[in-house]
Amino acid sequence: MWWRSPSFILDRQQQQQQNDSVPPNPESLFLSSSPPSMADSLQNPKSNISAYYQTRAAHHAVVTSDWLAQAQAAVGRLPDDDDSSGSERKAAPTGGGGGGVRGGKVFSVINEFNNWRKQPDLAEAVAAIRALAAVIRASEATTMMELEIELKKASDSLKSWDTTSISLTAGCDLFMRYVTRTSALEYEDFNSARSRLIERAEKFGEISCKARRIIAMLSQDFIFDGCTILVHGFSRVVLEVLKTAAQNKKLFRVFCTEGRPDRTGLRLSNELAKLDVPVKLLIDSAVAYSMDEVDMVIVGADGVVESGGIINMMGTYQIALVAHRMNKPVYVTAESYKFARLYPLDQKDMAPALRPIDFGVPIPSKVEVETSARDYTPPQYLTLLFTDLGVLTPSVVSDELIQLYL
Amino acid sequence: MDPRRTARTVSDPKVRQVGFFTPPPDHAISDPPRHHDPIQSPSQSSPPVNDRSPSDSSLSPVMIPPPRHHSDALLRTALQATSPTKPFSPSTRTVMIPPENKDLRSPGRKVVYGKSPSSFSGVKASSVPASELTTVSVVNLALGISVEGKILTAEEAGGASVEVQNDRRASSKPLKEKTSKAERRALQEAQRAAKAAAKAEGSKASSSASKVVTSENTKPIKATKPSSQKNDGSQVAASDKKGGDRAPEKDRKKDAPHPRMQYDDTSRVEKAKKRAVVKQTEARNRVELFRHLPQYEHGTQLPDLETKFFELDPMHPALYKVGLQYLSGDIYGGNARCIAMLQAFKEAIKDYSTPPEKTLIRDLTARISSYVSFLIECRPLSISMGNAIKFLKSRIAKLPLALSESEAKTTLMLDIDRFINEKIILADKVIVEHAVTKISDGDVLLTYGASSAVEMILLHAHELGKEFRVVVVDSHPKLEGQLLLRRLVRKGLSCTYTHVNAVSYIMHEVTRVFLGASSVLSNGTVYSRVGTACVAMVAHAFRVPVLVCCEAYKFHERVQLDSICSNELGNPDAISKVHGREEINYLDGLVNCENLQLLNLIYDATPSDYVSMVITDYGMVPPTSVPVIVREYRREHLWS
Repeated sequence: MWWRSPSFILDRQQQQQQNDSVPPNPESLFLSSSPPSMADSLQNPKSNISAYYQTRAAHHAVVTSDWLAQAQAAVGRLPDDDDSSGSERKAAPTGGGGGGVRGGKVFSVINEFNNWRKQPDLAEAVAAIRALAAVIRASEATTMMELEIELKKASDSLKSWDTTSISLTAGCDLFMRYVTRTSALEYEDFNSARSRLIERAEKFGEISCKARRIIAMLSQDFIFDGCTILVHGFSRVVLEVLKTAAQNKKLFRVFCTEGRPDRTGLRLSNELAKLDVPVKLLIDSAVAYSMDEVDMVIVGADGVVESGGIINMMGTYQIALVAHRMNKPVYVTAESYKFARLYPLDQKDMAPALRPIDFGVPIPSKVEVETSARDYTPPQYLTLLFTDLGVLTPSVVSDELIQLYL
Repeated sequence: MDPRRTARTVSDPKVRQVGFFTPPPDHAISDPPRHHDPIQSPSQSSPPVNDRSPSDSSLSPVMIPPPRHHSDALLRTALQATSPTKPFSPSTRTVMIPPENKDLRSPGRKVVYGKSPSSFSGVKASSVPASELTTVSVVNLALGISVEGKILTAEEAGGASVEVQNDRRASSKPLKEKTSKAERRALQEAQRAAKAAAKAEGSKASSSASKVVTSENTKPIKATKPSSQKNDGSQVAASDKKGGDRAPEKDRKKDAPHPRMQYDDTSRVEKAKKRAVVKQTEARNRVELFRHLPQYEHGTQLPDLETKFFELDPMHPALYKVGLQYLSGDIYGGNARCIAMLQAFKEAIKDYSTPPEKTLIRDLTARISSYVSFLIECRPLSISMGNAIKFLKSRIAKLPLALSESEAKTTLMLDIDRFINEKIILADKVIVEHAVTKISDGDVLLTYGASSAVEMILLHAHELGKEFRVVVVDSHPKLEGQLLLRRLVRKGLSCTYTHVNAVSYIMHEVTRVFLGASSVLSNGTVYSRVGTACVAMVAHAFRVPVLVCCEAYKFHERVQLDSICSNELGNPDAISKVHGREEINYLDGLVNCENLQLLNLIYDATPSDYVSMVITDYGMVPPTSVPVIVREYRREHLWS
């Protein structure tokens, strides 16, 4: 089972480390060769691995021991002093940004965020917003302006902590947008405004779940009896869509890609098999081969960018290309908090998100490995986006973003 | 989903929340309405995919919205009142100044031309020296009235213009529905023949008249016009005349200037010419498809105009200067032209004083209109200038009546300054900030022509220490790229210079294409220097991203599918002659040849398919989002 998988154990160990702020941690010796310190708890994505994809892998992947070994190696590669100084550098601004000292304990927005995002059902953006809510709670600001500045610092440090996570960035931006547009003037006093913000942040998790349900409802019109759906990777929204369709007694079958390297497709097929949906597993390279039988492609998204394209797990682009060529519709399911003010022009025009890949056999050091975890699918290959704002064409995304951020 | 609807007006989250809403617990909090969305009511609960507010329906991105100025209604009534067969006395040549000048973008009229009323209001029978010309023009006028409706409709049916326009004449022209296309065509022919005959009866040379009869494809008649008909400041005099005859006034209204006059309609052109300040000589052989655009011999009229500098009373010297600079090509480039025009307007407003028994709002609007029509004579307006004029006029119209003259003038001058600063200068800075994020080390950037925004981007990226190379692509006849190249090389950028002929060769190594634009239209079409479309298409074929840099004030809600129906013709001599190389001037002596047509287009339209991104002061948006920006911010610019 996936939660017994090594990666989960690894993550839990990290989590434990983060939870107790006592620096010396005996377990970390097992983890890596680096000296145990706060450094590990604030271990950041600069260690060549995208924290976002690591979390995702931990949440729903079947991971092999090789993956763990590579992850460890990646952690171990960090030069010691560089790492610790880096974490101290980071700790200082967050201490300032995250609010004052409470009960002698330094509050860190990143730790808070990490705690939240360990919950498998919690979306990254929700975790980010909860972390920011914690900042508000810990804050000793007395005016809206002060609070805003503190929040800005906290969200900046969160964003720079993991530049690869689009929903983290988008969640922070969204919340900041909300804060800046809520002025204390509209409330009687600062405290009520503040409690309003916290309340909003608390409810955001609910909103995110609700968004998934809305998307599932909207997508039902598109799933017809007897259709074959190709899905790629593991997406909570896609699962929700398929689950709802199954509950509605629709007859359909699903092709799951394997979703290398973290094999997220396997997990999705497990879940679908539990629902008694006919599932067929494909290796990632069999997409074009089976596209003839497919009626539609449904994928999730890590982020929806301003052009209306999506950034998603590696392989989405080629599936969309094949589907476009064969005139199959490509539907994207994404909650609206994944809309990000990004505009990649091509594949390389994004902050790289890397993750280790397990090839099963040792790879000679001379051989280069493409470790990017995601790709960008341009809008012309997408048919529709199912979002909680409704069913949108790709060009409407920018419309929504303009209205939201300008 | 409903909360999303309400969220737009409920101010608590003044955000229109994307996925981020909980219904506010207490609706007691009052909602300051968002300024640009006043019509939205909180009770609205249409499905989320639905369109926004009802107020937007008039601004549908695929339609040209109805013009929004007040004179519109007047015009309509005037049209309705004018019966096609209304008897018309040739002696009633006196002219009244219409109470309102037509706005620049006059509504739904394609086949209308002429100067602004105030600029031709001085045309009186007495002021026309040659009596035979008076008769000609009168006949013209009378016929013009009776015929106009049918000409218009026939033109429309014939697809003379591709544009979608609101046909405001429909109600007043019942004939339109009844007649078939062929019938209307026949009718039009007959009327033209009649008119030509009438002309021939006058003292006009019969040869020119017969040309009109033969077909409308003949070359436009080069009219010899009385030169004394200029804008001689007779506004007051004209308005003193008896106001008994309504017909001429209505007629004048119809003749109000249109920025996109159809120059292949000879009768209209004739009328327009009579009122022109600038005496342009029309080029002889024009290419068939572009006959609706004005084309003039360049350089002939400049000395003449310069001598008139001190004679033209009503024209403000600052505007006169700017006009001449447009004419001679000293000021070029969308931003430069727009800023120069606004500065001139500022000067004019500074020196303006309201004539007795007039209101500033109306008189100044009329004055501005006459200035604008003068500028149009010098060079057709760019879309950006049209937007700026629209802004200024809306500011004038919105002036509180209680304001004293000096206060009003100060307000307007401040508004103009604000427009220049915010919409042009600051906007460019923001565009630069956005665009440099798309330049990374090792890039090879290609640009075409000379765009001020692109130049600033390149220089800024260089200042930031980015390592990149620039390919400047240029083309005849203007060779503007050399100017850009000169400035870039001087700043130490490494550049490659080539002509557009080699663009398919050089595109291999290019990683980004940066282009400027004269305007971006609602369907994402980029209206820019001729050759831009070619570069963009080649880049698209090579899968190189094309980034268009354009300030949002240049956006326009018009839709254009080709570069034919709206364009500008440059001097044909510019492409037939190569300066400094006499040995390759093969066309010497052939320029006046009947079967040689020279086409020097200034602009072209790039379809949005070839544009990856539009960089504007509101951020980087896909070309499909241009109507969103137009919709969301047009009101803020112009009508707030």
